Amino acid sequence: MRRSGEVKVSATTTINKKNTSSGALKPGTYFMMGNFACVEAAIMAGCRFYAGYPITPSSEIFERACVRFPEVGGSAIEMEDEVASAAALIGASYAGSKAMTATSGPGFSLMMENIGLAFITEAPLVIVNVQRAGPSTGIPTLVGQGDMMQARWGSHGDLETIAYSPSSVQEFFDLTITAFNTAERFRTPVFVMADQVIGMMWERLKIPSIEGVEVLQRKVMDAKTRAKPFDYANDFIPMPIVGTGTNINVDSLTHDYRGYPSTDYTVSESMIGHLLGKIRRHAEEIWKWDGYLLDDAEELVVAYGSTARSALAAVKQARANGIKAGLLRLITPWPFPDAIIERYSRRVHNIVVPELNYGQIVHPVRENAQCPVIGINRAPGALMDPTTIVDALEVVAN
Amino acid sequence: MRSEIRITGLGGQGAITAGNILARAAVLYEGKEAVMTEGYSPYVTGGWSRADIVISTEPIDYPLVTKLDLLVTMYQEGLDLNLKMIKGNGAVIAEKQLVSFSGVTRKDLRMIPVPATSIAESLGRKIAANVVLVGSIAALVESVSIESLKKALADRFPKAIEFNLKALDAGYELASKATGEHMEEAKQVV
Repeated sequence: MRRSGEVKVSATTTINKKNTSSGALKPGTYFMMGNFACVEAAIMAGCRFYAGYPITPSSEIFERACVRFPEVGGSAIEMEDEVASAAALIGASYAGSKAMTATSGPGFSLMMENIGLAFITEAPLVIVNVQRAGPSTGIPTLVGQGDMMQARWGSHGDLETIAYSPSSVQEFFDLTITAFNTAERFRTPVFVMADQVIGMMWERLKIPSIEGVEVLQRKVMDAKTRAKPFDYANDFIPMPIVGTGTNINVDSLTHDYRGYPSTDYTVSESMIGHLLGKIRRHAEEIWKWDGYLLDDAEELVVAYGSTARSALAAVKQARANGIKAGLLRLITPWPFPDAIIERYSRRVHNIVVPELNYGQIVHPVRENAQCPVIGINRAPGALMDPTTIVDALEVVAN
Repeated sequence: MRSEIRITGLGGQGAITAGNILARAAVLYEGKEAVMTEGYSPYVTGGWSRADIVISTEPIDYPLVTKLDLLVTMYQEGLDLNLKMIKGNGAVIAEKQLVSFSGVTRKDLRMIPVPATSIAESLGRKIAANVVLVGSIAALVESVSIESLKKALADRFPKAIEFNLKALDAGYELASKATGEHMEEAKQVV
């Protein structure tokens, strides 16, 4: 019931005319939909396996992957549901492939169990969530930002997650490549938390030459060395690849350095310490943010995704109205850039956080800010009007 | 300079395709910034659909339309529902057979009826009515030239380009004549 839109191949059959020998699109300027840009980025990042279930407003990603992945020697398969989709990614990842899927809220919920499995088995993969409006099936065709906390806490047990939040078609492209690199480096699931506006809008896209794009490959375990497959003393462990003779056990249970299940407290402590620590210890290397008119800002807007576009228009308007407003755009909501918020909060009077939900990212902002933090929360289903944010800035500034 | 255009029709009329050609021309062949967003009713055929296009010489912050410089509509409700969204002294291009201006009380709008369907039919294919309207847009919009639209059209319909170019030219010529001596004035609107 929640799924709308079947996979139609015909709409994209002319794509291959512009391909380079690697299969990636030729460098140049394109006019492209965000969801399509995501697929082109995945191909450029070396992803060759897609397993998914179409769901609005992410379906164009699957649709284009079905055409493009076979063109570049990859596979895109339709699974019976999103539970299986995420499981297939883990299998593909352990078989040595870069793997991805795309979904929206309802599918993201179904993936949570296997996101935990990918986390504990340290399987690099990328999950794109083109967020729609509302709980349950909500409004499939309209925008929301209600899955931001789910991306952080949706899977049970202690997890540390990495999420990118694009604000334009270009950034959807760029961050999808970054997401694959981060997944490969940290051997962990990485999310691209887009939304309906960004996924379905058409904009200018500059595709770089593949030589100019940094593409990371995971470290792969050499079967002959008989290395510890889960060496918790090291943040970045080479990955054992199925079929190469490493003969290791990959387990969803808490496991020791050999991969064998254990109920020993010291094993639990070292495993979870490793899983969380490899991200926490390098969080600053993951953080990305962007600033606009921050130098003399007295009132700060912290925003992400499509709402950051409204916020940028609002900051310009507020400046015109005589308010020294600035914008801090969170490109990585997770791991949360706590020190960045703390640093800028010391320079401003107030922070306002506009979100298309009833208060999610405002919480870690408040936890880390040294000034008052005011959430601007709107029901999902429409992009926030800049005047809503201007009004809030007028109130806090006076 | 930011201009906002909405193209609206019923499912199958090609409103979104028309918007895509316009925004594509702006980005790839005019070197401008443009964003196109789409909207649909839940029906596939017969329900409303629309393309909203923002064109600017500057990077575009807020990507949606707020006040329309130009409304292009291929069904009556598309005019009635969107009339209040049009800026003062804005413009409307409407499919002549399908849309009547008789109920419009605003006096500030430049209203251009274009018999897009009958033009397309006379050229041989009714389906190109949306391309006729894209041609009409070029007569009103300063930010995108007819030459750029021709290139974008060729990208979109490489196999049927000759026919589509005829439809585009017909729409352009008709709207240019319709704006007549007020054409320079009309151009400044958008």
